[in-house]
Amino acid sequence: MSPDEFFLRIPLGEGIAWLIRWFKENLSLLFDAFSWLMRALVDGLTDTLLLLPALVMVLLFALLSLVFRSWQFAIATAVLFLFALCIDVWEPMMQTMAQVLVATVCAIVIAVPVGILAATNRTVSVLVRPILDFMQTMPAFVYLIPAIIFFSVGTVPGLFSTIIFALPPGVRMTELGIRQVDSETVEAGESFGATPGQILTGIQLPLAIPTIMAGVNQVIMLSLSMAVISGMVGADGLGKLVVQGITTMNLPLGIEAGVGVVLLAVFLDRLTASLGNPGSYPTSLIALLKKSLAEKTAQRAAAEA
Amino acid sequence: MPAISADGLYKIFGRRPHRGVEALQAGRTREELREDGLTAAVIDASFSVEPGEIFVVMGLSGSGKSTLIRMVNGLWPATAGELVIGDQSISSMNAAELREVRRRRISMVFQHFALLPHRTVGENAAYGLEVSGVGRSEREARAAEALEMVGLKGWGGYRPSDLSGGMQQRVGLARALAAGTDIMLMDEAFSALDPLIRRDMQDQLVDLQQRLEKTILFITHDLNEAMRIGDRIAMMRDGRIVQVGTSEQILNEPANDYVARFIQDVDRSRVLTASAIMEPPPATLGSGQGPRSAHKLMRETQNPWLVVLRRDRTPHAVIWEEDVAAAVKDGRDELPIPAEPELPLVDAHTPVADLFAISARHRSPLVVTDEDGRFAGVIPRVTLLTAAGALQPDPPPAPAPPPLPAFDAAEDDAR
Repeated sequence: MSPDEFFLRIPLGEGIAWLIRWFKENLSLLFDAFSWLMRALVDGLTDTLLLLPALVMVLLFALLSLVFRSWQFAIATAVLFLFALCIDVWEPMMQTMAQVLVATVCAIVIAVPVGILAATNRTVSVLVRPILDFMQTMPAFVYLIPAIIFFSVGTVPGLFSTIIFALPPGVRMTELGIRQVDSETVEAGESFGATPGQILTGIQLPLAIPTIMAGVNQVIMLSLSMAVISGMVGADGLGKLVVQGITTMNLPLGIEAGVGVVLLAVFLDRLTASLGNPGSYPTSLIALLKKSLAEKTAQRAAAEA
Repeated sequence: MPAISADGLYKIFGRRPHRGVEALQAGRTREELREDGLTAAVIDASFSVEPGEIFVVMGLSGSGKSTLIRMVNGLWPATAGELVIGDQSISSMNAAELREVRRRRISMVFQHFALLPHRTVGENAAYGLEVSGVGRSEREARAAEALEMVGLKGWGGYRPSDLSGGMQQRVGLARALAAGTDIMLMDEAFSALDPLIRRDMQDQLVDLQQRLEKTILFITHDLNEAMRIGDRIAMMRDGRIVQVGTSEQILNEPANDYVARFIQDVDRSRVLTASAIMEPPPATLGSGQGPRSAHKLMRETQNPWLVVLRRDRTPHAVIWEEDVAAAVKDGRDELPIPAEPELPLVDAHTPVADLFAISARHRSPLVVTDEDGRFAGVIPRVTLLTAAGALQPDPPPAPAPPPLPAFDAAEDDAR
């Protein structure tokens, strides 16, 4: 007796495929709107990044690094992007960066509120956790199929699957960050008569920022890792070059595109890490500015006293 | 009307906590409840705190004192019982009413300060006002005023992390003061500070309380601290209040063995005052009397000294047998009181620990006066030494002091 005869075959795949087609037919307006919005955002951002001459952009990126991290990192950034220019991956790199940033922003816009809900409500937390597990462990390629059904080929299905794949750490880290705020500090807010909203915005979120930013950092890294997979459904950028390299067995092209992804990853990772933990970078422009401001206030207070 | 009054408060953690209240009222123990998955944190607590009083709840960790204080401002709702702040019952309030009470009437100081690290000291001190919607300029002014009260003038622009632990807790105190509430809850407020700074903060708190007449409910596990600052102390054990009383009542009449064991470790010489060990003298003499009646009194009481009082019962001098005898022999009519009589006066509230140095400088017994300067009693050196022996934690049972005249006679023999 073979298993085929013995067990009932549940048509899970067919069922979900049917559901997805049903979505496609009945919610097409929603998908069109999403598609239009994503394309507008990504195209707009890509155009902006490519508007100025590449060398000016390199300087701007270096300046960002100086403002948020340190002059050492600013030099590294300049070298890194100049190198990208020299291996001629600048344009696809900017396209990928635009997609990653848009996907990250969308993921965070969804993840942070869900994380806050999960942190304040046990039921939500219990419900959300298995969904997140599912989203993270499902092979990322699988998301491409419904994405193509919904949005056909191009940048948008890539973005859609990127957002789904990159979302979970944002939710988890937001929930964790809020939950690990010292309970006595939250009690202090309550004991002075703060409303739940005042406690959230005045105490929990500010104190959870480092953890939330660590989540954002992970979201960005996951988005980048999806960039290549998006290339398979026709999204522009470094992913497209990698896929071309694979399909034509063009090793030099593949390597150059791959190095471009690595360079972008290094820049985005270090920059967002310093955003979440400004205290660790005392030589950043922001820290120096804050310090001199604080000294001035202290001097003024001393003069008054 | 008491500022805070609690009547039969229960706090039980676990599923369906009300069955725990019924079980406890039916006489079941805390341990039996634990088998049912219920934790009884506070059991049948009743007490009242008068306005302007420092009321200390003292107990070891797990005794339920932190739970108790959190029920007073409704952070944790009571499972059963009634809690009244002034004329408002906390137990029946909804969330908005509770917030209103916390903004206007009760503020709180926390063990680990619970300051907001992303705000400046000034913004932290103004937090309570900000929450209740007070305008920027007013709350800044009131926060600055509160910071000045706790000795942190000029620190408003710094971050809490720039400050030492003691200073951070001053910020916590300023935050509670700035809120302008008449009741302050202090949850182990000084326990995280090192002993010297803790002592400073205790003194400052008592000082502030006397100036501002706040009602303070103070939680501590340190009995010395409780006795130093508390007008009254509630001793808690295993969720129950086992005794409420002044520090002297608790020291002298412990309600049960638990309290008695607890107070063994207290430095009583810091808690007990002159009034607790003073005794009535064998006799006193009005200043209008002559040497002959003084001599007669001394012979009758077998006492080599006498306290002479003025008409208003303020002490005038201590006179000695040999001087009186000489005056009688010379046939003088006035008591032999020198122009500057040796008279070691001490206030009835002086801690026993401070009496030793005074006693060592004088031959005569210490003369204790009350608040109006009137005579209250005497402390002969032997009484002080006996008391010192009895104050030692070990061994507790102290022999009764020997009768005075006999001892003084022996002293005379030795001379």
